[in-house]
Amino acid sequence: MTVDADGAVTAAPGSLGLDGQQGSRAELIQLLTPEGERAEHPDYPLELTADEVKGLYRDLALVRRIDTEAIALQRQGELGIWASLLGQEAAQIGSGRALGPRDMAFPTYREHGVAWCRGLDPMKLLELFRGVSHGGWDPQEHHFHLYTIVIGSQTLHATGYAMGIQRDGAVGEDGEAVIVYFGDGATSQGDVSEAFIWASVFNAPVVFFCQNNQWAISEPLERQSRIPLYQRARGFGFPGVRVDGNDVFACLAVTRKAMQAAREGQGPTLIEAFTYRMGAHTTTDDPTRYRLASELEAWKLKDPIERVKAYLVRSGAAGTAFFEDIETEADQIGRHIRQACRAMPDPGPLAIFENVYAEPTSLLQSEREQYAAYLDSFTGEEAAQ
Amino acid sequence: MTRLTLSKALNEGLRKALENDPKVLIMGEDVGKLGGVFRVTDGLQKDFGDMRVVDTPLAESGIIGTAIGLALRGFRPVCEIQFDGFVYPAFDQIVSQLAKLRMRSLGHVSMPVTIRIPCGGGIGAVEHHSESPEALFVHTAGLRVVACGDPADAYAMIQQSIACDDPVIFFEPKRRYWDKAEVDIAGGLAAAAPLGQTRTVIEGTDVTVLSYGPMVRTCAEAALAARSEGRSVEVMDLRSLSPLDTETIFASVRRTGRCVVVHEAPVTGGLGAEIAARVTEECFYHLEAPVLRACGFSTPYPPSRLEDHYLPDLDRVLDAVDRTFTY
Repeated sequence: MTVDADGAVTAAPGSLGLDGQQGSRAELIQLLTPEGERAEHPDYPLELTADEVKGLYRDLALVRRIDTEAIALQRQGELGIWASLLGQEAAQIGSGRALGPRDMAFPTYREHGVAWCRGLDPMKLLELFRGVSHGGWDPQEHHFHLYTIVIGSQTLHATGYAMGIQRDGAVGEDGEAVIVYFGDGATSQGDVSEAFIWASVFNAPVVFFCQNNQWAISEPLERQSRIPLYQRARGFGFPGVRVDGNDVFACLAVTRKAMQAAREGQGPTLIEAFTYRMGAHTTTDDPTRYRLASELEAWKLKDPIERVKAYLVRSGAAGTAFFEDIETEADQIGRHIRQACRAMPDPGPLAIFENVYAEPTSLLQSEREQYAAYLDSFTGEEAAQ
Repeated sequence: MTRLTLSKALNEGLRKALENDPKVLIMGEDVGKLGGVFRVTDGLQKDFGDMRVVDTPLAESGIIGTAIGLALRGFRPVCEIQFDGFVYPAFDQIVSQLAKLRMRSLGHVSMPVTIRIPCGGGIGAVEHHSESPEALFVHTAGLRVVACGDPADAYAMIQQSIACDDPVIFFEPKRRYWDKAEVDIAGGLAAAAPLGQTRTVIEGTDVTVLSYGPMVRTCAEAALAARSEGRSVEVMDLRSLSPLDTETIFASVRRTGRCVVVHEAPVTGGLGAEIAARVTEECFYHLEAPVLRACGFSTPYPPSRLEDHYLPDLDRVLDAVDRTFTY
């Protein structure tokens, strides 16, 4: 399999493309070129006002700033780890902004942009990566499930949730749907295949949004698949589509269409957002050990934010003042995040025993009391001294 | 009162749960038209429809993973794992997701999912159809683990498990599916013991024998045999394996001074080890002998022609009881 500079894929000799012919070229839906020029696609018409485009730019720029601040906080020892979304902003903002308030989203641990779109306070994400909680937010509040760290597990949760939508009679006109995020590495997990099967045979209203960022820590896509990932859907019996994951317009349009189809009862879609993990897997990773700098440089030319900026400038929709305002807002958010992160208290030690069961069991209560007494014994000794 | 097999008692309990709460769903392999390979769900799809009694694709992780999603949506799924040895593909979803979501969400999320698992041997089955994996789940915080031993408990405990806001691993003693007893299916559950409570099956004064699931009947038969030899054996059905009803267990052992734990599962790292440690710590000065265990060997489950040697029987239970009197 070869990947062209524009992200299109040619199947390797001996493997079959979507149309069953050897060496067929995969189609990539693109509505905004890396140079910031608008493109059209007959299946994905997209009308955006200047304000809507500016809104998308603001989302992209601010989540990148949140990400940058979080990396810095990790370097300063304030976070244990951080999984950067650098390079994947368009895939996340485009798909995230395609969701309605009643739609449900199931993220991995890298969906900071989707979290932003759902209205989750970024500090909740920092709590997790600081080690203050395992997440701790209410999934129903923003219709945004907890981050799932085990690769691919959440695809089944999303599918089950979608089956619940069916049982609530919430499919059809004014229906609800689910979107679930996962990566190229996750497509090798059995749970993801099982989710595809369940969604297919039950025709569940779920959109599988795969951010193919080309790398599963150090393993390239070629270690996960011989065919373009979106083509997997065909074998499971539902449509798959590949979108330019660095094109926020295309991600928005393609996700909107797939979500609407799901809401109306047309079942699942697999969207492969073809993108690139510009940073390390997490702050503990060193990508220089396994990939070439030239690859990163090539993808920098396809930056998801720069092309929107170029489009806004070229179309005259935004000038210097707009971009300066966004920069100022980003600075404010950065300041807030830095201060709030450092001020975040550790939970008390006895929080370990909370929320294990609906009601505390007598066994847990007794362990808790014993540990509390043990801790108090030190306080007593200190007081005696 | 109605005379029912344990299998039919479960069926009636599931029916009640489906009637009482529209959010209750049943899902698993062959649970629909067939009614399950042990017929525990017989007739339920016919009466409640295939949206509530769901024949799933054959993938256990998928069953539990989608049940988690349904629970997030407000449903109460009851999943059937067809046989004990087939639960392992779902182990990750149970241990990493189902058990932990309450803590991960700081209590915002409840996971009222019941996982029914026919367990244990004694039916001459092929490999993977006779296992007792309960200790793996007892070791997992966030799960409740229960085992029913007779039809009346089966009827009440399945309903209590479904009503519980925690995930419950519900073990069914498959070789006791055809045991019959009187069950009150007309009355409510008000008179039933709470889900977490250990029950005295036979009162005795000389030694406490703790068991659960398929071994309860064996232990009761052993106690009757011992009585003819003048030995008074107290038999307790743990019912709840996690959390353990330690107060009830300790009270009995403090009275008798001797304790034997009986289970089919391999002795090493089994529930007997946990009970022995706790009883030793809390009842040390009441004990006349160490806590002994009559359990499956520390081996894989053997081919069925050898299972009578592997499974503790009446004689092995009595042998352990006798040994507690040699210290």
